[in-house]
Amino acid sequence: MANYKFDAKAKYLDTHEWVRIEDGVAVMGVSDVAQDQLSDVVYVDLPAEGDSFKQKDTIAVVESVKSAEDVFAPISGKVIAANEALEGSPELVNQDPYGAGWFLKMEPADLSELDNLMDAEAYEKFVAEEV
Amino acid sequence: MTLDYANSYIYDLSEPGRIGVSLPPTDVPESDLPQGYLRTTLPLPEVAEVELVRHYVRLSQKNYSVDSGFYPLGSCTMKYNPKVNDQAAHLIGFARIHPLQPEETVQGAMALMYGLQQALAEISGFDAISLQPSAGAHGEFSGVLIMRKYQLDRGETQRNKIIVPDSAHGTNPASTAMSGLKAVTVPSDDRGNVDLEALRAALDDTVVGMMLTNPNTVGLFDEHVTEICDLVHSVGGLMYGDGANLNAVMGIAKMADLGFDVMHFNLHKTFSTPHGGGGPGSGPVGVTKALEPFLPGPIVGREETEEVEYHWVWPAKSIGRVKSFFGNFGVLVRAYTYISMLGAEGLLRTAENAVLNANYIQARLKNVYPVPFGDRFCMHEFVASGLLPGTKDLHTLDIAKRLIDYGFHPPTIYFPGIVHESIMIEPTETESKATLDAFSEAMIKIAQEAKENPELLHSAPHKAPVGRLDEVLAARRLELTSLPK
Repeated sequence: MANYKFDAKAKYLDTHEWVRIEDGVAVMGVSDVAQDQLSDVVYVDLPAEGDSFKQKDTIAVVESVKSAEDVFAPISGKVIAANEALEGSPELVNQDPYGAGWFLKMEPADLSELDNLMDAEAYEKFVAEEV
Repeated sequence: MTLDYANSYIYDLSEPGRIGVSLPPTDVPESDLPQGYLRTTLPLPEVAEVELVRHYVRLSQKNYSVDSGFYPLGSCTMKYNPKVNDQAAHLIGFARIHPLQPEETVQGAMALMYGLQQALAEISGFDAISLQPSAGAHGEFSGVLIMRKYQLDRGETQRNKIIVPDSAHGTNPASTAMSGLKAVTVPSDDRGNVDLEALRAALDDTVVGMMLTNPNTVGLFDEHVTEICDLVHSVGGLMYGDGANLNAVMGIAKMADLGFDVMHFNLHKTFSTPHGGGGPGSGPVGVTKALEPFLPGPIVGREETEEVEYHWVWPAKSIGRVKSFFGNFGVLVRAYTYISMLGAEGLLRTAENAVLNANYIQARLKNVYPVPFGDRFCMHEFVASGLLPGTKDLHTLDIAKRLIDYGFHPPTIYFPGIVHESIMIEPTETESKATLDAFSEAMIKIAQEAKENPELLHSAPHKAPVGRLDEVLAARRLELTSLPK
């Protein structure tokens, strides 16, 4: 198995999305495992600001040279910012999945939903077993 | 200027005033197009006929086709197209007719369409066929619209979901979405079948139906297909059969007998008409009696007692027209020819040999490459993985590129997604044992190279007109290079 990186401050969906709360704002993206499985990302289709999603709704689509995959919302909320840098530089998802490769910032609807997600330790264990 | 016909764009060969065609004298009075419809800015290349021919012939010589070599592209059934198909399609009575001609002047063409409807009905067990849809996904779309209209017609307006297994072609959920319905995914079980527990959990009275490809896209015949059909029917849903893999079962199992209500046929896969860039496709749709009124029209009906035997018929509650005129007629001629040449016995042997050939390669490779469902017999294709034991940083892409050096078109890779680093091999029925052996030996050799000299794979292909192309850059930075000067 490859040597994957995990962000200890983030929480994870079993479909490999992460979310991190920064000053009350939820920042989300896809994990290092996801970007590795996808291989080179060539396009990210992000929703418009103001759109609302429920937890596990399809919120974005990420396309690589191998495949196109749905990306699911780790928590419910309203989109307040999309990472415009991904439009010109989708490779940021591969280079820095937890940093510059972030997808969206959201206003969380219900922070208790975070309890449904895996923490980094549980996700790492999940990846070791499943991937 | 150099006359590099193959590496030039057609605009590079253009010289003002050159003309490639001479129009025949007009047999109707000439009249000028109204000024408003004339464009002065339309840049068209100006080349002589011979330059045009050389440009495209040389390009075609760089192309790899099933006429030039083995083409084991899984899930696509890229089978050899017998040349007699084209001979029939070029017969003047088929090639030189117009879709606006009156019925009584195209009875031969309509007889052929009727005969093809009958043949497809016999092969699938369905009661009625529409030849209208012009490709596989178009047939799917038509089929989903039929299911939707059937449910609405009987007042089941709450139904808005279609169940699709995770092994399905991406076109299944796409056809669902285009029909205004919601796709619900069900996973596969450990043996590659639909997970029955997950299916049961997804079934309720909001289900329009389920789309199932059988054999599925890992090349396995679902061991519970009749049970799946029963389950879906038990909640009032319909079963859609994706005919993509009909080549494995024609003459052996009829989809209607298994419990399906509607399916599409890929004439360009199963019935040897040109596929992909080779020409237009055709995706006829077949249905049971209950769904017949909803078929896209027109279809061909027959009344022997009347002066004109074959008629265009509109099904009573048709979803409407899905294609201009009458489908891709030239493709229908080719498929009818193929079916007629083989007959019932020949179609059965076709399916048997397609399955035998795939199992032969699976048996030769399964101790070298991981084959996730290798304990089962496959159908017309199987899925292996490029995760070779004892290698590092090696991807299926590298194996595929290396195959080019051995003179083979690489199989489908990275589909289906349920197998990591998948490579999907479908040899089809026409290949000799010698070809199957040569391909298998190349795959085995590549597996050895992967351990001993992985760089050979990473930098492949070495013997193609161009080396490894930068697919990432190509996808990220689109540049249209063929522009008029």
